[in-house]
Amino acid sequence: MWVLSANNLSKDFGGIKAINNINVNIEEGKIVGLIGPNGAGKTTFFNLLTGIYSPTTGEIVYNLNSTVSTKDLKPHKTVRYGIARTFQNIRLFGNMTVLENILIGFHSRFKYGICTAMFRLPSYFKEESNAYRDAIELLDKFKLLYKKDELAKNLPYGEQRKLEIARALASNPKLLLLDEPAAGMNPVETKELRELINWIRDIFNLTVILIEHDMSLVMNICDEILVFDYGNLVAKGTPEEIRNDERVIKAYLGEDVEKC
Amino acid sequence: MRKKGKKVLNVIFIVVLYLLIQMLISIGIIDSFYELNIVIICINIILAVSLNLITGITGQFSLGHAAFMSIGAYTSAILTAKFNLPFILALFISGFAASLAGIMIGLPTLRLKGDYLAIATLGFGEIVKVIATNTDYIGGAIGFNDIPRYTNWTWVYISVTATVILVKRFVNSYHGRACRAVKEDEIAAESVGINTTFYKALAFAIGAFYAGVAGSLYANYFYFIKPDSFGFMKSIDILITVVFGGIGNIIGSIIGAVSLSIISLSLQDIAELRMVIYSVVLYLIMIYRNNGMFRKRGFKIFKNRKKVKYNVGVISK
Repeated sequence: MWVLSANNLSKDFGGIKAINNINVNIEEGKIVGLIGPNGAGKTTFFNLLTGIYSPTTGEIVYNLNSTVSTKDLKPHKTVRYGIARTFQNIRLFGNMTVLENILIGFHSRFKYGICTAMFRLPSYFKEESNAYRDAIELLDKFKLLYKKDELAKNLPYGEQRKLEIARALASNPKLLLLDEPAAGMNPVETKELRELINWIRDIFNLTVILIEHDMSLVMNICDEILVFDYGNLVAKGTPEEIRNDERVIKAYLGEDVEKC
Repeated sequence: MRKKGKKVLNVIFIVVLYLLIQMLISIGIIDSFYELNIVIICINIILAVSLNLITGITGQFSLGHAAFMSIGAYTSAILTAKFNLPFILALFISGFAASLAGIMIGLPTLRLKGDYLAIATLGFGEIVKVIATNTDYIGGAIGFNDIPRYTNWTWVYISVTATVILVKRFVNSYHGRACRAVKEDEIAAESVGINTTFYKALAFAIGAFYAGVAGSLYANYFYFIKPDSFGFMKSIDILITVVFGGIGNIIGSIIGAVSLSIISLSLQDIAELRMVIYSVVLYLIMIYRNNGMFRKRGFKIFKNRKKVKYNVGVISK
């Protein structure tokens, strides 16, 4: 079963076609890698999926919490459809504690109103204590519990990445988008990340799409790889197929001069 | 259990402080001059706390806070002087009027950030001032006269307590966390499902409400209001109080409002040097305590330099 389907998706910036007529289905429970040279349109594709940009033509259909087809998606509504994401440059709430970052991740599940908050009615205590309990549990799963009262900006880089993923998972998504999760990590941290992503997919039962330049990571964990070049979807297949695909090699390494 | 004990202690403190000052006023130890200053301090606390919600917690740099106060003041003046409404009703209606203005200024300007928002709110403040100056119904440039005096220690004290408690509770709810998230990183906030536009408008609405209440208290204490009292400088004064007490720190705003009022009061006898000393104090604070005078963990005047523990065993003898 597919969770996401892009139909004739295009996005122009002035004269530049950042995404050019892409048709793709993403299968449930897969880890999908998005690769391609710089400027190929990978992040634009992510921003279209999360509603930061709206497509010039075409639409995206989500089959997550409910089936929605959308042309204009508000970024803050994507969470309700079951989509969560992380960012290329980590975007944590730096001056808030680790625990508060997770509690903000729970934002969409709170129901009580402003008056309830101001007059401390019973539902305030109920929802807050439930959220607190779940936040502790989530932090415990990610082995960040011992740092729960530390400011997020004071965490080491690897743990900031972890916290950002944990915050994204707090909204209980069905589809997790990771934008270059291994950027700036050393080989040991990348290996840990690989285990983390696999573990997340199994524990939280979700579909993962990730943009990554680290080929060892992509080739090892992805079930399927999409290759972008100049806004076009060049190839789609298993890591093995992609590795031997001529169009992919051409996109990355260029063509032989004699052939031209 | 300890938390409950602290709560009871807080309630006792609030009640005792009220009774103490009420008693001192009624037996005449606090004369009308000091009472006036206490009222001013309390109004400043309400203004500082409400601006802190907009600027400190939600991160929206506003220079139009005095305009919200003026809307509240004029609304209350009209309602009590011309329509003879009871004060409690006037108080709430002025709050809501200012709140409405807050939403109206909030919605179109929410696309703006930082300096641009500050300029837009500054413009809003001037517009309100110009309208007040040119409307004869409310006295125009001469000012609004003969406002009945309803405000007394009880009214301001209840208002201050309510403002502080409600704002603090708001900040400690998920709504407050969302506001803080908006200040930290808007894109990340949207990605976790926070409607940033809504929370910015909400912060403006709540902040403006309390500013309107402060304006109402002000108008019904001084018998007389004029557009000039709510100009640009008043907004700056409130902002200074917030920065002095610490951006995003509610208790800091209270202490800031009290101490700045006392500083400016105690310098009243040396009028020539007053602004000089006031400026120097602010200057020094900005250099040495640019996070505000008061940290979350209470009262610390001097910078607390963390002692770094070196593992010197190997290097030194």
